[in-house]
Amino acid sequence: MSLRSPLARVRGLGAAGSGVQHWWVQRVTAIALVPLCIWLVVSLLALPSLDFVTLVSWMAGTWTASLLVLLVLTASWHSSLGIQVVLEDYVHDHGMKAVSLVLSSFIHVVIAVAGSFAVLRIAFGSP
Amino acid sequence: MPQRPLSPHMTIYRMTRYSLLSSFANRATGIGLSLGLIVLVYWLTSLARGAHAYVRAQSILASLPLKVLYALLLAAFSYHLIAGIRHLVWDTGRGMERSQSQKSAWLVIGCALVLALALIACALRAREGV
Repeated sequence: MSLRSPLARVRGLGAAGSGVQHWWVQRVTAIALVPLCIWLVVSLLALPSLDFVTLVSWMAGTWTASLLVLLVLTASWHSSLGIQVVLEDYVHDHGMKAVSLVLSSFIHVVIAVAGSFAVLRIAFGSP
Repeated sequence: MPQRPLSPHMTIYRMTRYSLLSSFANRATGIGLSLGLIVLVYWLTSLARGAHAYVRAQSILASLPLKVLYALLLAAFSYHLIAGIRHLVWDTGRGMERSQSQKSAWLVIGCALVLALALIACALRAREGV
């Protein structure tokens, strides 16, 4: 066994082969979520009511629909990365860890797709 | 199976210092907000399925347990937001000294508490009678 690492491995890619990508994406999505979440909370509180007609006309706006899609996608991505770390840390059984990580990925992709599709469907006037 | 290093278990830490609890609370609120994301998407999909589906979903979404959940989610959002900003400041290399992190831990809980109460008060006023 050589004590010297090949160049590719000392370039910061680490054992997982992906380097600091996970850490970096978690930070970038966090920064994006700060204004997006504040916008959503303020918008929802500012709406006169939460009935169907009010909400659909609110979500028909180009900016509202765009920001909602961005929020759903960014939040799903950030949540996926966060839950992944928690599962990796606290599920010690190897089989259960693999199963729970795959399940978490699937659920997050479903949430991202269903949420975006719902917003677009309302924005394009289908319901 | 080789004995690989594991993340240190909770019990190994001294939980007397608030800064450790604050890190744990950031994870806990993060998990809570992930559940909130599911509720948000359920709300969006029920809207997308039309007026009748939305009225049916409202019987769940506007129920008392869910209203309590929204208050908890607003509190979790407040904490995770402020604590997340603290993490972003740490990422720049600032505020890492023990005394500084003890101070910022208290600053985070204070700001989060004020923000949470303000948001819940706004929500109660905006949604009076809903």
